[in-house]
Amino acid sequence: MANAGNTSGAAAKGGFYGWLNKRLPVQDFIDSQLIGYYAPKNFNFWYFFGFLATLMLAMQLLTGIFLTMNYKPGAATAFDSVEYIMREVDGGWLIRYLHSTGASFFFIVVYLHMFRAFLYGSYRAPRELLWLLGMFVYLALMAEAFFGYVLPWGNMSFWGAQVIVNLFGTIPVIGPGLVEWIRGDYAIADATLNRFFALHVVAVPLALLLLVMLHLVALRQTGSNNPDGIEIKENKGADGKPLDGIPFHPYYTVKDVMGMGVFLMIFAAVIFFIPTMGGVFLEPPNFEPANPLSTPEHIAPVWYFTPFYAMLRAVPDQKLGALVMLLSIVVFFFVPWLDRSPVKSIRYKGWLSKVFLAVFAVSFVVLGYLGLEPPSIGRTLAARVFTVVYFAFFVLMPIYSKIGPFKKVPDRVVYHAHA
Amino acid sequence: MSDQIVQTSGPSLAPVTDPSRRKFLTFATAGVAAVGVAFVAVPFVESWFPSERARSLGAPVEVDLTKVEPGQMISPIWRLQPIYIVHRTPQMLAILQNHDSDLKDPNSNQSKQPAYTKNPDRSVKPEFLVLIGICTHLGCLPKQHFDAGDPVLGANWPGGWLCPCHGSRFDLAGRVFNGSPASVNLVIPPYRFSAANTLRIGEDTTQGAA
Repeated sequence: MANAGNTSGAAAKGGFYGWLNKRLPVQDFIDSQLIGYYAPKNFNFWYFFGFLATLMLAMQLLTGIFLTMNYKPGAATAFDSVEYIMREVDGGWLIRYLHSTGASFFFIVVYLHMFRAFLYGSYRAPRELLWLLGMFVYLALMAEAFFGYVLPWGNMSFWGAQVIVNLFGTIPVIGPGLVEWIRGDYAIADATLNRFFALHVVAVPLALLLLVMLHLVALRQTGSNNPDGIEIKENKGADGKPLDGIPFHPYYTVKDVMGMGVFLMIFAAVIFFIPTMGGVFLEPPNFEPANPLSTPEHIAPVWYFTPFYAMLRAVPDQKLGALVMLLSIVVFFFVPWLDRSPVKSIRYKGWLSKVFLAVFAVSFVVLGYLGLEPPSIGRTLAARVFTVVYFAFFVLMPIYSKIGPFKKVPDRVVYHAHA
Repeated sequence: MSDQIVQTSGPSLAPVTDPSRRKFLTFATAGVAAVGVAFVAVPFVESWFPSERARSLGAPVEVDLTKVEPGQMISPIWRLQPIYIVHRTPQMLAILQNHDSDLKDPNSNQSKQPAYTKNPDRSVKPEFLVLIGICTHLGCLPKQHFDAGDPVLGANWPGGWLCPCHGSRFDLAGRVFNGSPASVNLVIPPYRFSAANTLRIGEDTTQGAA
């Protein structure tokens, strides 16, 4: 395609753009990947979030690079340098809140993006690998968020790191040695902070970029799913283009930019008025320096980890609790093979599937709330009930997804043009 | 370089080559490369272990016990971890064995401690209890609730520690109560009495440095 001898299109033209395209296939890329990429014409609200996730990734990279210019890793300097950014660097407070509150927004967007996949069966064949690559992006994102939360070296950074790193100690035989290896000292210390900094600013972002690229390449190969769960490639016109498809550019680029506008308004409002979301996005103990001799009264991770944390606490056994927490994430990887429904989209599934998805979404939110609260007998009991519900959604999926009554899936996507 | 090399790698001579031989050489080369990668990984993996400085800062520490009144606790630092040293009163020691049925591991069979402290009161000298003050669940610092019948913990509470993070409870020998998320008792570090009232943490009672 990008053959220098094949002087078609832009490369045949003169001027700088022609010169450039003889050497770098800029126009070929735009033609084949944006204008020539046909996406289903019936995308709705839920299809904003993939684009918004990319936007948040770009935002985190940009703000992160600028934070690194004033942040000083190290147990003696980290907390002070973050306060310095917040109080004395011009614009520093904004860059810091864009990054720290941005992390929460990144997860909101990613969770909605994942929920969309559950709604419309976007993980089903032929998109299993697309889903798996997305799950690896999610794992890398969780690692990135955890390392990032340690960097300000507040008291919650320290004790959060202590609790999470100790989870590796529950692995039989190698656990205790592994924990010491991860920490690089006999406790969470300067060495731990410095290596987490390296992982947060170099290693994990590189892995994230690579995985996101693979996720997009896999998407390009299979094409997007849509709210009807119909393969638009099965209905092509005489010109070989899908009848229900429209070019990604300009149609969806314009749509996504509109979504971005709305999203940024909400994001800006939170950044300016409640950047810590009352202690949910940034917890109060993290505005005190790390103190290895004083555990905060109540330890909870940031909200995007609390559903898993609630499950960890719900189990009255250390090793079993860690295992349940691990499984609660691993189980997502198996979803493409657990769903045995004859239809992809929730629009045509039986009522039982709809009820299970709704109850699962509720249990995820309730577990998230319970993980934020200090444990009590009532809350622990509730966490146990919702942990069972959470796993029932996955474990029973091969059974209930086969139960109808299913509605008939139309041959073409359902689309009503605006008047 | 020479014509000969171009010819032997050319497709026209393919039938002459033995594919299994080529496969063997490919795997052998890849195998050697893998061994090389494993060796190169060693310094990178090593660099994550506690450094020479961290290890030397982890040397034994000496603690003077003369000023610790009965019923009092001090928490010196050893290897960046708080060490709980409690001067147990005779009353504390007397009720220690009355609640074995409420404990997950009353005889400390599943727990970590030096052999010379694996006894009913988990100590070398019964009046001094020495523990690593880090919850065996996920590493928070248990808070002291030494009074029997503590209002937070109910009338049957014999005195001990409560972990604020996930609610694990321990008695005054660091043994974990049933219903706690922690599964094993608080860890006891190696220690010895270098003099009647001087404790060295990090050194075993029988031999030298741990």
